[in-house]
Amino acid sequence: MHTFDLTLDRITKVEGSAALEVRVKEGQVEEVHFSVTDYKRFYTQAMQGKNVMSIPQLLARICGTCSNAHLLCSIEACERALGITPSPQTLLLRTLTMYGLMIRDHALHLYLFSMPDIFGKDAFLDFDENDPIQHQLLHDAFEIKAAGNFLSMLVAGRSVHAPYPVIGGFSHLPEEAGIKEAVAKLEAARPAVLRLIKVYEEAPFHLDRQTNFMALIPERYGFLNGRICDNEGGLIEEENFREHLEHVVLPYSQASAYKHKGKAYMVGALARMNLAKDKLHPKTKETLGRTLDLFPSTDIYRNSLAQAVEILHSLDDAVEILSTQEFSPEPVIKGTPREAVGIGVVEAPRGTLYHQVHLHPDGNVENGEIVVPTGQNQINIEEDIHRLVQNLLPNTPKEKIAFEIEKLIRAYDPCMSCAAHFLKVNWIEE
Amino acid sequence: MAKNLPPKIRVGWFSFSCCEDNTIVMTEVMNDHWQEWKQLFDFRYARVLQSKNVLDEMDIAFVEGAIASEKQAQFLKEIRAHAKKLVAIGACAVVGMPSAQRNFFNENQKRQIDFLLARFAALPKVLKVSEVVPVDVEVGGCPMDPQDFLTKVNALVQELRGGQS
Repeated sequence: MHTFDLTLDRITKVEGSAALEVRVKEGQVEEVHFSVTDYKRFYTQAMQGKNVMSIPQLLARICGTCSNAHLLCSIEACERALGITPSPQTLLLRTLTMYGLMIRDHALHLYLFSMPDIFGKDAFLDFDENDPIQHQLLHDAFEIKAAGNFLSMLVAGRSVHAPYPVIGGFSHLPEEAGIKEAVAKLEAARPAVLRLIKVYEEAPFHLDRQTNFMALIPERYGFLNGRICDNEGGLIEEENFREHLEHVVLPYSQASAYKHKGKAYMVGALARMNLAKDKLHPKTKETLGRTLDLFPSTDIYRNSLAQAVEILHSLDDAVEILSTQEFSPEPVIKGTPREAVGIGVVEAPRGTLYHQVHLHPDGNVENGEIVVPTGQNQINIEEDIHRLVQNLLPNTPKEKIAFEIEKLIRAYDPCMSCAAHFLKVNWIEE
Repeated sequence: MAKNLPPKIRVGWFSFSCCEDNTIVMTEVMNDHWQEWKQLFDFRYARVLQSKNVLDEMDIAFVEGAIASEKQAQFLKEIRAHAKKLVAIGACAVVGMPSAQRNFFNENQKRQIDFLLARFAALPKVLKVSEVVPVDVEVGGCPMDPQDFLTKVNALVQELRGGQS
């Protein structure tokens, strides 16, 4: 029977470092271990004993790319512990902060990480400027990223570890000139986003496997509010989230893994689109029409298309908010330390993110817990790789299998904060 | 006949224990400089940008993150051996923090993490880059400041080209 032993020691174009071990016995995949190998930096221990006001900026440092999602999730957890209800204006500014993050972060994944696979290139910068399509995509990528980056800087002060969002409000408001410039940049980038959606709608990669999905579903498509839903119609109350996420220890991984109702599940753009596409911005829905019929989908490669659609939604809604809302100075709301547990839940680019903080009456944090999207996706990734490798055996060369595994992992856009340095695939055949 | 262009500057971008915020800032700086960088840099190693990476002679090695294991320290030494100039990028590389926060844990916090340090063969203390290899240039910040990064990179490019841009 088919036997081989292969080590792939680098995965690239993802965020963080990961390893993979695949055990094949007599032509059957017996075991897949996908593990996050980034060294732990122990933020849940580091927050113990620190003053609550310092926690959001500390926890933003968990991840460079999802930084502003961690920041807003932690702010929400701390505000709930302190009994603070943010103002409607603050919620709008946070919504815009998330839109800036989604635009630039999804664009990074779709152009720089995933698109070279579609065009048979090693790197996005290898795209040929003399080829009209590749030339256009090169310019599109940096135009979209720059528009998202500009929006983040305008509203939050920075794309990474943003200084303006604080517990109780914002320390700085966007200026009129900047708002106009942001609207102009976002509107100018819209045709590029439509070309991006077309690329991923027509992308030739597919892996269809029935699995479960979970996401925070708001009234209107977004990333901050709503109820946690699964694809079986189940609703999870935020305060009970830990009862629904079953912690699974994978001794080979630095990350915690999770199941829901005893089964693997997927979080991220595909989960959100599957569960809430009807809540997208009206202009987004009108423009995309039948493209949205591709959802719900159990094809993991549609995660990239879902991200591209989310860029368009973020752009359309950001333009509407910036064009119709006025921002006026208001005080940052102060809370009173007390014995309380606060829970924050947001949809980070890669899926549902949970922060829990246990506050002491002296204003210091007793302890806390953080559940990140890539940890939740870890077992689902393993199950997808299992299916992929089994489908490819026995006639596919090992090098091709290794490439296909990397491509699949990139479709999840995992963040091992984050991962990226090494994916080591150890093939063990008996 | 067209004038010969100067050879590209051979660079590597390496991330150790950190949140990779500087990698993200670098990709944002690229929004305005990608065309120039395509002409200027030969990326020998930058796993965030490409799949084919080689560790060979480099003019500049950019290193972000702190050093959390002996394996990381050995790799950093290899990088140093191949690089004319080594630039420490961001707070974790320059001062160790916040990745080195476990160095300052109290006994209770240490007890919570000891088994994980042992399981993954982590160093007893997290190190800043200059505690492992000599550093030529530092770009601090959490994340790094884009303008500071550009100024120092441009100065290095000038120096490596003997004052010729």
